[in-house]
Amino acid sequence: MNKWLLITGCVASFSAFAAAPQELLRQYEAQARQENAAFAGFSAARGATFFKTERTRSDGQTASCATCHTADPRNPGRTRANKVIEPLAPVANPLRFTDPAKVEKWFGRNCKDVLERACTAQEKGDFIQYLIDLK
Amino acid sequence: MKKWMQFLILFGSVSAAGTLLASGGGEGDGGRALPPVSNARWKAECSSCHMAYHPGLLPERSWRRIMAGLDRHFGENAALDAPTAADIEQFLVANSADRQPARRSQRILQSIPPGAAPLRISETPYFRAKHDEISPATFKRKSIGSPANCSACHQGAEKGDFSERLVKIPR
Repeated sequence: MNKWLLITGCVASFSAFAAAPQELLRQYEAQARQENAAFAGFSAARGATFFKTERTRSDGQTASCATCHTADPRNPGRTRANKVIEPLAPVANPLRFTDPAKVEKWFGRNCKDVLERACTAQEKGDFIQYLIDLK
Repeated sequence: MKKWMQFLILFGSVSAAGTLLASGGGEGDGGRALPPVSNARWKAECSSCHMAYHPGLLPERSWRRIMAGLDRHFGENAALDAPTAADIEQFLVANSADRQPARRSQRILQSIPPGAAPLRISETPYFRAKHDEISPATFKRKSIGSPANCSACHQGAEKGDFSERLVKIPR
């Protein structure tokens, strides 16, 4: 009896906190509409280009998402301190894009590192669309 | 001598030697591990990019400087929300080398000039002296990367144990 209660409790609390990537996309969509009245959906192809584009920062260094996450986001990446980064693509790592606070934290940091500015909701949505479409 | 007696003697001497080694006898490098410390947010946040360095490896003034500059953390943005940052900073300060009686912490602390607040453990004179036989090329090996990657060579680093007997430098 106790065991079942525990299991039910765990499942219930998991579903209460974990959001599906699709749900996160809907949130970014609402935001993108606010940012741009002409918003016309997210594009995985644009997300792929965004992921791979190398940008030259003001310090002269080049950086892209792929610098740390590798060219194939189904593979694990590495931080500059040589620590493994779990794959970004949900097909390889189902926990990705299920924790909105974590997603925002890393967009907040990495957009400033790579682009030296915050990302738009359009860019975030394209990026997530690209990653969840990878099979 | 009976076989079981031989065995007993052998076993006894092996375990005595083991105890002697484990006690760190003759090791002039600060000896035992730093005491275990834990804070859930410190562990989760600090170890997402690198090993969660034991707070006893730097003085309070260094930790305060690090936490004040998280948006420019060694060339990367590692910004945290204010409550998380405050919790982690308090934990780091409470367990910093200044408040850590462990011998290694004290020696790190004593090696740093009073006016200095190094941001890297590898900048402390203690660290430099301890690693003076390691060439820059060794640190740059793919299996190591940089001096920031303690656990590449120090098998006990995650547990705060930097004793020489747990060092294995990968090829």
